[in-house]
Amino acid sequence: MKDKKIILVGVAIFVVVVTFPFWYNLGRSAPAPEVVLTPKAQAAEVCVMPTEFMKADHMKLLDVWRHDVVRNGNRIFVNPDGKAFEMSLSNTCLDCHSNTTEFCDRCHDYASVRPYCWDCHIENPKGE
Amino acid sequence: MADELITPDELLSKIDHRPSGTGWMDTPVEIRKGMYCYAANPKSVETLGLPNAHAWNPVDEDWKLPENWQQIISEGFRERLGKFRSFKVFMDICVRCGACADKCHFFIGTGDPKNMPVLRAELLRSVYRNDFTKVGKILGRLAGARPMTIDVLKEWWYYLFQCTECRRCSVFCPYGIDTAEITIMGRELLNLLGLNIDWIATPVSNCYKTGNHLGIQPHAFKDMLDFFVDDIEEITGVQVQPAYMEKNADILFITPSGDVFADPGTYTCMGYLILFHYLREKYGLKVTWSTYASEGGNFGFFTSHETMKRLNSKMYAEAKRLGVKWILGGECGHMWRVITQYMDTMNGPADFLEEPVNPITGTKFENAKSTKMVHIAEFTADLIKHGKLDLDPSRNDNKILTFHDSCNPSRGMGMLDEPRYVLQNVARNFYEMPANTIREQTFCCGSGSGLNAGENMELRMAGGFPRANAVKYVHEKFGVNMVACVCAIDRAALPASMSYWVPEVEVTGLHELVANALILPGEKERETDLRGEPLPGMEE
Amino acid sequence: MNKNYMVSLIAVIVLFLIAYVGAAQGTGLQMVFGIIFPYLAILLFIVGFVRKVMGWARSPVPFQITTTCGQQKSMPWIKQAKIDNPSCTGGVVARMALEIFCLRSLFRNTRMKLKSGPHLTYQLEIFLWVAALAFHYAFFAVVVRHLRFFTEPIPCFVTLIENLDSFMRAEVIYDAIQVGVPGIYMSGLILLAAVTYLFLRRIFLPQVRYISQAADYFPLFLIMGIALSGIFMRYFSKVDVVSIKELIMGLVTFQPTIPEGISALFFAHLFLVCVLLMYFPNSKLMHFGGIFLSPTRNMAGNTREVRHVNPWNYPVKVHTYEEYEDDFRDKMIEAGLPVTKMPEEQA
Repeated sequence: MKDKKIILVGVAIFVVVVTFPFWYNLGRSAPAPEVVLTPKAQAAEVCVMPTEFMKADHMKLLDVWRHDVVRNGNRIFVNPDGKAFEMSLSNTCLDCHSNTTEFCDRCHDYASVRPYCWDCHIENPKGE
Repeated sequence: MADELITPDELLSKIDHRPSGTGWMDTPVEIRKGMYCYAANPKSVETLGLPNAHAWNPVDEDWKLPENWQQIISEGFRERLGKFRSFKVFMDICVRCGACADKCHFFIGTGDPKNMPVLRAELLRSVYRNDFTKVGKILGRLAGARPMTIDVLKEWWYYLFQCTECRRCSVFCPYGIDTAEITIMGRELLNLLGLNIDWIATPVSNCYKTGNHLGIQPHAFKDMLDFFVDDIEEITGVQVQPAYMEKNADILFITPSGDVFADPGTYTCMGYLILFHYLREKYGLKVTWSTYASEGGNFGFFTSHETMKRLNSKMYAEAKRLGVKWILGGECGHMWRVITQYMDTMNGPADFLEEPVNPITGTKFENAKSTKMVHIAEFTADLIKHGKLDLDPSRNDNKILTFHDSCNPSRGMGMLDEPRYVLQNVARNFYEMPANTIREQTFCCGSGSGLNAGENMELRMAGGFPRANAVKYVHEKFGVNMVACVCAIDRAALPASMSYWVPEVEVTGLHELVANALILPGEKERETDLRGEPLPGMEE
Repeated sequence: MNKNYMVSLIAVIVLFLIAYVGAAQGTGLQMVFGIIFPYLAILLFIVGFVRKVMGWARSPVPFQITTTCGQQKSMPWIKQAKIDNPSCTGGVVARMALEIFCLRSLFRNTRMKLKSGPHLTYQLEIFLWVAALAFHYAFFAVVVRHLRFFTEPIPCFVTLIENLDSFMRAEVIYDAIQVGVPGIYMSGLILLAAVTYLFLRRIFLPQVRYISQAADYFPLFLIMGIALSGIFMRYFSKVDVVSIKELIMGLVTFQPTIPEGISALFFAHLFLVCVLLMYFPNSKLMHFGGIFLSPTRNMAGNTREVRHVNPWNYPVKVHTYEEYEDDFRDKMIEAGLPVTKMPEEQA
């Protein structure tokens, strides 16, 4: 019957679409990207907050920093260990992580996240 | 019946569209007088050779069912799921969005929640889930499943015969779920147990034996037409001569027998006679009637697909026997759904007929080239368009008209503008009812699909309420005093509904109006219309 | 009535807790919720869906029962409603496309009211259509943008949808709550709002409440749970997105792994999605497949022009003209009606 053929085609399209991630990635493996720490970052051992927190929540921290600096004029961040940092993307974060392409971008590209940091800031303030 | 019928105000006061209280599965069915049709006479069921003919009464506790009735239902259900994709898909995909709920004339008129199309279908779906789906078997009530019991069966019977299969709900359903399709299957299942209603089974049996629902035998059929011939002569001074079973006529004409039998359909029938006489005199067109195929309607449609086919077979058989070129069909509702969507498939191909061409205008009816059957409204519209009819629409000037689209020609065919075109050429006062109540959104007359009996008058009046209410609107706003329609059931059902809800409005067929306006060659000056009422300007 | 949605609500909460508490117990159960269930779910979804549709396809369409919603094709001077009453394949395709992509029939929805008089009114009721459309398109957008976790490199259409979806920027920064980075996706919020509306109308409209079953509330709560857990993960309790993508990429490349440091909330979110997939083919959600196969919509209204063939058409017992004439011959002759056989010819 003619309509059965059309239905079969429809079902085939459905299966192809639904299994898209399986055949699209066929023959590839996509392990999580390795981030590269600069010697300076390695030497520092810990960031402004623990690594687990930084992995998931860094964007929130940066957002709050910006707010505090721009709106409240407060430039100093004190972490739970009592250590103080200047709240500055360029001067603090990028001081250690000066390798944005190997540090920031790897994960952001992997997760398809386009941060708008670089709309205003330059990626490499030190020009290294 | 009428003296027992509650008043419109009482009927309205009973309506509450906000269902509450116990869930529908826990609300047992109460078979109420005035809301159901009598059980079929077992003789009629036997004549047709349908299963389990027996005497029973819906209000009795014991319906005298065959012992294995559950098995019969279950097997019948399975068989139909396998034969009809529509049924199978409609059992599975309803999301109960409720868009159909307030679209049903029976729900609007009764407020009974089980008259919401979605619940009417759920009556069957609940059993389907229980018997045919895994989830239903495992989760039961949680998945909306329930086993088939005698109470469920009674509920089926009561509510499946409170549906006129008008398909208005299917227009609004986002998946096109057609309650008529579900009701048709449900009625087939009930009929497997001999649970037919008399108003359907007896006409079907009559039609099978005598050629028409009313059981009019051939000589009586001719007598009745002769009677119209006399009336026409009195009114117009012209003697028309209908042809019966004329071999090699151009066209075989088939119309519902209701038009031959009961007012105001009889005036429509006189209208056909006058039109055909005009065409024969003026253009030599030979149209013949048949007493064998003297029924356009098909109550078999309300029984089972098989019975529908058995009754319908006469149309092609008679056309073939008489050697006509093609078939012309009269004004009828479900007749045209059967002709449009079933006839060619069931009893075709009609390769012994010619592709219909109007010999007077040369118009090819492309849209009917396979079925070879043309609707008389299409035919007349074509004649008028080509200026082939000599018309005096002023003779209908005392009629302020509106047009009631019949369910089946609207939603099972799409014939909407042809009758309007005819109407506006034969009459000059025409007003449409509100947009939500006409064309594809038209409301049922309240008595279609075999529910036109006398004993269910309360149901009929409740179901007819939305249509009547729209008529009332144009009656009050524009002074409409007549509803035109192209359906014999409408002509039988609407007068009762009108006299109940809008007593000042009468009902007419389209071709009664055509004949009033049509100037016959050699006619005398007419003083009255076909009803014997004085023409405008002729009042004393 | 309350029972229907309470049962569904409790079911979804229990499902959520099973995964949430289970995944917090360590890698063992994380394998169950992160690897076994996802594979099982996708398998059951595809097999169940295909079986259901092919089951429908197995039943023939004996009659062409199109619901005609407009003027038929008639004489050339009468304007046909080519989409609402199509007479050719093109019209049917247009009609189906409008049904599938615009929910056209639902757009017709009206609400009936009986006023004193008596006067019946029918007013446009557009909210169900709006909510349904919003729900389906938001759901679609959510699914597409989730593909960023399922593909490497990420195809441009995914990024495109993401950009469109997040083009509105809003930030909320207080001591207690900070939302806005990462950017807000409209689709998630629209989905949640639409699903909430669809739930509320089931609760507050008496007719809809009366017809609603547990099976109607369950998918709503399930989707609500999925949307809420997703939104919570994105904007409030942040999760390690890179590890999550690593887990998912492991699944789709058939090298399943459970990376460390994924929060239990993610496993609960994933598990609810798995439940939805497994539930799908056994439920009313199959309207997704069914809408394509509905015979009242996917066929042309040209039954008088082109003969439709019923594969199981069988001969039936009919009352022939000859039998009819035998029954009434004398009466017919007396009435002057033509007959084919005169009485003396009868044997």
